[in-house]
Amino acid sequence: MTRVKSKKSNWSLVVNLILLVLVIVWSIPIIGLFISSIRPQDNVLSTGWWTIFGEHSELSLDNYRQVLGGSQYTFVDSAGNTVRASGDNLSRAFINSFTVTIPSVIIPILIASAAAFGFAWMIFPGRKFFFTTVVALLVVPLQIALIPILRDYQSLGLTGSYLGIWLAHTGFGLPLGIYLLYNYISTIPRDVFESAFLDGARPMVVFNRLVLPLSVPAIASLAIFQFLWVWNDLLVALVFLGGTSDVAVLTQRLANMVGSRGQDWHLLTAGAFVAMIVPLAVFFGLQRYFVQGLMAGSVKG
Amino acid sequence: MVVPDTGTHEGGVLSQTLVAIGRIAVSLFVPIVAFVILWAGFMFLRDSNAPQGIIALVAIIWGVGGVAMLFWVTDWVVNRTPLHVAKKLQPFVFVGPALVILTWYLFLPTMRSLYLSFFDAQSKNFVGLANYVFAFTDSKMLESFLNNLLWIVLGTGGAVGFGLLIALLADRSKLEKVFKSLIFMPMAISFVGAGVIWRFVYAYKPAGEDQIGLLNALVTLFGADPQAWFTLRPWNNVFLIVILIWLQTGYAMVIISAALKGVPSSIIEAGRIDGASELRIIRSIIIPFIASTLLTVSTTIIIISLKIFDIVFTMTNGNFGTEVIASMQYKQMFRFYHYGRGSAIAIVLVIAVIPVMWYNLRQFSKREGF
Repeated sequence: MTRVKSKKSNWSLVVNLILLVLVIVWSIPIIGLFISSIRPQDNVLSTGWWTIFGEHSELSLDNYRQVLGGSQYTFVDSAGNTVRASGDNLSRAFINSFTVTIPSVIIPILIASAAAFGFAWMIFPGRKFFFTTVVALLVVPLQIALIPILRDYQSLGLTGSYLGIWLAHTGFGLPLGIYLLYNYISTIPRDVFESAFLDGARPMVVFNRLVLPLSVPAIASLAIFQFLWVWNDLLVALVFLGGTSDVAVLTQRLANMVGSRGQDWHLLTAGAFVAMIVPLAVFFGLQRYFVQGLMAGSVKG
Repeated sequence: MVVPDTGTHEGGVLSQTLVAIGRIAVSLFVPIVAFVILWAGFMFLRDSNAPQGIIALVAIIWGVGGVAMLFWVTDWVVNRTPLHVAKKLQPFVFVGPALVILTWYLFLPTMRSLYLSFFDAQSKNFVGLANYVFAFTDSKMLESFLNNLLWIVLGTGGAVGFGLLIALLADRSKLEKVFKSLIFMPMAISFVGAGVIWRFVYAYKPAGEDQIGLLNALVTLFGADPQAWFTLRPWNNVFLIVILIWLQTGYAMVIISAALKGVPSSIIEAGRIDGASELRIIRSIIIPFIASTLLTVSTTIIIISLKIFDIVFTMTNGNFGTEVIASMQYKQMFRFYHYGRGSAIAIVLVIAVIPVMWYNLRQFSKREGF
């Protein structure tokens, strides 16, 4: 895996310079959001966020207290008055987002990896037809399914339940999951399975002991993508969880804020940042395994 | 008596029957127990008043454990059938759950939409191809086709191009991880969050006032008038596509970067020894080597561009000439309640993606597997 670096040092300088410019361009919108989220309301609305670098400016976490706080929240404004305002209680939405997301990641990965294994290494009638259909379903916009599935849910009593939204995310996530895992699992060398099958191992055992461990890199990257997709989803949550604040997830609450507090940039930016924190943490926390896994998995090319 | 290949050995008919009944009984017992456990968990979750944290925890364990258990139980049952039957059933233990769920969630709704697309708004009267005529002649629809084409070309080209560029450059930098993490960061952000971020970048205030939007601040810095970017046809489409590129470049980069690590360094070294320039090595060795990865990444992003909805919906709601196919579909379906037209547009969208998928599958069949 060692890569001989180019010896020309000005080449590497140019490379790093281009990368630096790109990275700055990519980060600026997020930096602007973060800085705005810790500025007082009046300043956010009157001057650009970049002005804090030039002049004296007060920064605080008040905006965060307000969006995370309960329904009644008091704070002292810049004039020294005590103001009562309604908070946005994002803390509860936080737990809801976790409850929705974790199974919505694990369940489709279990089902997709099993299916990918079946399609890649087992022979059965209709294999090609089924697989083509699965991949073709990649193209189906999920809006098609919303109304029929919602009707089914209403007759099954699944609306507003966690199970309902897990299954929905599973259904909508499966085509991509199967497609990506098939790509990976089908390139595992044939000999790996042949020796196992010759030893009389059952497919389920082969799947548990060989396929899953060997596919960890692909599964890890799929897990990260599925996590981001579910955590950030608005449409599916809106339709299947309904609008009750008991089960509402972060994106729903944030979208509500955009509607009801469209002018409150200081709260919107803080809320948006709260919704971003977990995916960012997951990404940066798991990145090491993610990159390692991707590199380990790429030996075959 | 010749028992052809049933997996059982000798014994009288009676004892064989008894054994069979016993096996069936046990085979039924386990799934029933599994079902009861799942049902009890479901009832607890539905009716319990426990604190939210506990419910969340139980829900997670129940949901994930339940699926694992279903797999295990079906496998167990299948393995109790005679060997030749088990052999035939086994593949379906693996692909069955996926097929059932996909049928329910995607296949049947698609078929239903196909059917409804030949009916009127209330799905009562058969109207033949009228909805499709609308889909291909309505001026808004034609606008959305053009826009979607722009999304595909610029969005996919931009994301894959930047992704490839950054992956190639980062591969040659000591700070690879830092750069890659920062480029990937937008991937972690929801469309709603990205909407907030970019509304802020594109924010507009009349000339003379302090601009709080970064783009207008830059424009006024160079002496030009501030612009209301979202009303600026046809460029407003490009401003929206920039958001997609900003979000998706990280994805393209991560996947391409992983593929780059798989290019054997011996081949690259051989190229260097032969005196090939860095650009030549990239063009003639690296790009062909990662071609299949580029194809996969492009397919994914083309499909995202074709189905693009959230960005348009939250930023301009399709106004000012930014309509796309998916937003037209959503409007017909959920605003005008014209199920016929909504379904027809959805079907058109599906058909539009088929060539992309067909090309992809052909690449598959060139490899092993099929």
